[in-house]
Parts: sequence; structure tokens; C-alpha cells
Amino acid sequence: MPTLERVSTKETRIGAGLGILKGMLVTFKHLFRAPFTVPYPEKRLPLPRRFRGYEFVWSRERCTVCLTCAKACPHGVIRIQSRLAPPESQWQAEKFEIDIGLCIFCGLCVESCPYDAIFMGTQFELANYQRGGLVRGIEKIQYNPATSRASDYSEHPPLEPGRLLLPKQ
Amino acid sequence: MELRTQPFMVNIGPQHPSTHGVFRLRVIFDGETIVDLEPVFGYLHRGLEKLGEGRTYTQCLTLTDRQDYLSAMNNNLAYVLAVEKLGGIPVPPQATQVRVLVSELQRIASHLFAIGAFINDLGAFFSPFMYMLREREKITDLFEMLCGQRLTHNFLRIGGLSHDLPPEFMPALRALIDSMPRFIDEYDQLLSDNEIIWARSKGVGVLPRDLAINASASGPVLRGSGVAWDLRQADPYLNYPQFQFDIPIGANGDAYDRFRVRLEEMRQSVRIIKQAMESLPGGPVMTPDVNLALRLPKGEAYAHVESPRGELGYYLVSDGSINPYRFKVRAPSFINLTTLRELCLGWKLADAIVILGSIDIVLGEVDR
Ligand code: SF4
Ligand code: SF4
Repeated sequence: MPTLERVSTKETRIGAGLGILKGMLVTFKHLFRAPFTVPYPEKRLPLPRRFRGYEFVWSRERCTVCLTCAKACPHGVIRIQSRLAPPESQWQAEKFEIDIGLCIFCGLCVESCPYDAIFMGTQFELANYQRGGLVRGIEKIQYNPATSRASDYSEHPPLEPGRLLLPKQ
Repeated sequence: MELRTQPFMVNIGPQHPSTHGVFRLRVIFDGETIVDLEPVFGYLHRGLEKLGEGRTYTQCLTLTDRQDYLSAMNNNLAYVLAVEKLGGIPVPPQATQVRVLVSELQRIASHLFAIGAFINDLGAFFSPFMYMLREREKITDLFEMLCGQRLTHNFLRIGGLSHDLPPEFMPALRALIDSMPRFIDEYDQLLSDNEIIWARSKGVGVLPRDLAINASASGPVLRGSGVAWDLRQADPYLNYPQFQFDIPIGANGDAYDRFRVRLEEMRQSVRIIKQAMESLPGGPVMTPDVNLALRLPKGEAYAHVESPRGELGYYLVSDGSINPYRFKVRAPSFINLTTLRELCLGWKLADAIVILGSIDIVLGEVDR
């Protein structure tokens, strides 16, 4: 049996204006509270570890061009072309493009990658002068120890270039 | 001398700050009194139901976030419950409990926004709204910690959750929940006894009990009219039966009652979160072998949850392929909006804005 509480019966009769004074007291208290906001471009709040953001980080060494990420993407944002690389006859990505303009940062591609090859980024300022600039190709997203800042969203093992990994179970 | 007036048609919206989004009201006035009103919507229509038919069950999750964007967790929840019902997919106990936690947190966040916007519509320019956004901000921070996004979470998965709680989550949640009752009392003190709010919202837009039921309104709109109907108790899902909480109901069904119901519901949500926090079972959060391209058996399922705006239901029909054959949403604010004309007739223009604010619509959900 649901328990009920009638909200309107709690009504208190107080003289005209007293309710407003009570409210003003609350507003007055706020004068002495520290500000909750930060002046944004100068100061930035720390990002959480699992932040899902801009500029994916992708590892050529780990990626086997299995296309799982492209199939998992709800908007078909990832475009991949592959070729058989001659010396060891391995599949290699020739083109790996993510169209950030259509990406909704859902993280499904990152979660689905069986070889832990793709990571979400940690940036959020993605304004660009041209739409084409939002299509990020291999040279932009490829892992670069100096500049890449991958997020820990998927809890993939961190990137160590050159080491091949077995797929996740 | 007798004043002669003639009916006069005014468009409010689609770009108008008090319509809470791209929404248009076509109102016919006699003087300043409303004699007829017609809501016109569809400006935010993206065809999400149709889009869902071309996506796999996992990908559809990202569409649910974008319907009621102020309570994305509840939308995720209703959808995954429908898929799990259709596929008979088990959910680990830890995931169930965390789902309760996040959906109640989302309810607080959404009600804070609803009350703030409602007070804004009454003319209290942005101070109370900003106080409420401050607390809502803390909740979105918690969600960001969980899943990396603030608004479109995409956190629940078919068969569990995408992640377990991070270690820094519980202390932050505890700090928030300890301070939340104080803030709710503060809003209560700020708003509930305010004579201006009384004058503007008491007795305004009265939704009679029988009309509320006939219009199949739900959520705070229905409960404000004195009907104790809350799916968390009427048709329990997750493990709500384990928790103690009350259903606040209004007495008169006016705009003020709907506002008070939301305020009290936040207190009840804090109560539920406190109980859920203490009894987290631990363990895995995901059923292991849920395929990415899930195939559900042929059939249909309907699952509903009590979203902050009312009964939110997902109806799925499966034909055995990897996409839903039909992906239908019962959007609570769309149905609550159907009462708007009856509520507004005879009131003035400024009251219509207050009534619309008290119904608390989200256009992403109305138009889909
Ligand atoms: S899923 Fe991973 S391994 Fe497969 S193509 Fe995408 S990034 Fe490469
Ligand atoms: S984050 Fe989502 S939308 Fe963006 S590329 Fe990955 S799967 Fe596609």
C-alpha cells in the first residue's frame, strides 16, 4: 500500500510579506558564500578520468583493421580502408578517418575494439573554420607519445608502441 | 460605454524563451484572456523512432539519450529494461542497484531544472534558477565521473552497465547526499511560502483529478492532482520494493501543487539514494556474453519506468534480426501536454506561461 503525503496541507498561514522576507534571507546568505563558478578560459576544472572527448587516439601497431569499431558506430562515422602490406602480409590501415562533425562521443567504438587500439580523447574545444577540418585522418589521430592525450574511458591497457596484444576475452 | 473586443491570434514561439525549447503556442485572445489555444510542435522532430529501426539494439541506446535530454539515464533505463525483457537477459545485482542510484540522481537533477525553469517563468529572473543549477552541476559532475559525459550519458548497457563505479564516486556521492537535504530546505524556504509565488500559481491551471486520469497524464502532473500513481510502487521495476519512500501528492491540482510535488519528490529521492548506497552488493556489473549485434527472439515487449516527467515506456517489436522492427516511445511530456488547452482556457497570457512551466515539458521528448 503506498504511503501518501499531502503537500498542500502543510500550508502555513503567515502574514503578507513574511514569506518574501524568508526568501530574501536565503538570497542574502549567498552574498557570503564562495563563488561556485570558475573563470573558464583562464582556469579549467580537472577532467574526470573517463572523460569522453575530442581527438581519438589510435594505435597503428595494435589495430588489425577488423572494422569492429566502424560497425559499432551508430552513425557510421568511422571510415576505414585497408590493404595487405607486402613484407609480412598483414592487414594495415591505409585510411582511418573519423568525422568528428558527426560523432556523438558515445564511446561505443572504443568499447567494442577487441584489440584495445582506439581511445577517447580528453579535449572538448572542437570549433573549426571548415567542415573538412573536422574529419580527422590517420596523421591526426595516430598515437604520438608527445602530443596524444588519451582518456581512460575504456580502461584499455596504456599504449606501448610496438607491442602486439591478444584480443580481450 | 461598453468595450467591444474582437478575437486576436498571437503566436508564442517557436523561438521564445518561455516555451522551453522550440515550441509554438497559437493562442486566440479576447483582450488578454485566452479563449483558445493550440500547441504546435514538431520543430525538433528528428524521427528517432524511425532511425531506431535501422540501428542495432546497442546503437539504439544513443538515440534514447537524445529524447528526454534532461533525464537521459531514465531513458536509457526504460530502453534497456525493454530489451532485457524481450531477450530474457539477466542483470547482475550490483548493476540493478547502481541503476536505482543513477535514476534517482537523475530525477533530482531533472526536478531541480524543472523547478528552476518554473520559477523563472513566474518572473523571478534567474537567481533561484542559478541556485538550482549549482546543485544540478554537482550531479552532472558525478555522472561525468561515471561515464565521461554530462548530458547524454549512454551509461547503461543491455545486461548491465558500461562501467562499475569508480573509486572516487562513492565519497563524492556521500558528500552530495549529505548536503542535499540542506539545499532542498533552502529552496523550500526561498520559494514555498513566497506570497508572489502563491499569488501567481495557487489556483492557476487547475487540473481536475478525473481530467488528469482521462488524459492519461502521469508523473508530477498527475500526482499534483491528487492521484497517488507512481510506477515505482504501482508496477515496481529494478529493486524499488526494497526501499522505503513516500509518494507526495497535491490536493488542488494547480501549478503550485505540481511544483510542491517536485520539491517533495527530491526529498524522497534522497531517501532512496541513502538506502541504496548502504546496500550496494558489489560484484560484476555486466552479464558476460551479450553480443554487440544482439539478436532478440521474435516478439514484443513493453517496459516502463517512472521518469521525472511521468510514465516513460518503450515498446519494442523484434522480428529476429539485429534491428528492432518497431521502436516506439511513450513520451510522458508529450501526453501531459495534451492537457494544456483545458488548463489555459480563461487565464491570461502570463498565466499560460506559468502553466506550461508547471507541466515541465522537454521538447526533445515531445517531438522525438
Ligand atoms: S575495432 Fe580496433 S582493431 Fe578493429 S579496426 Fe577498429 S581500431 Fe582497429
Ligand atoms: S564515439 Fe560513437 S559516434 Fe563517435 S566514432 Fe565512436 S561510435 Fe561513432
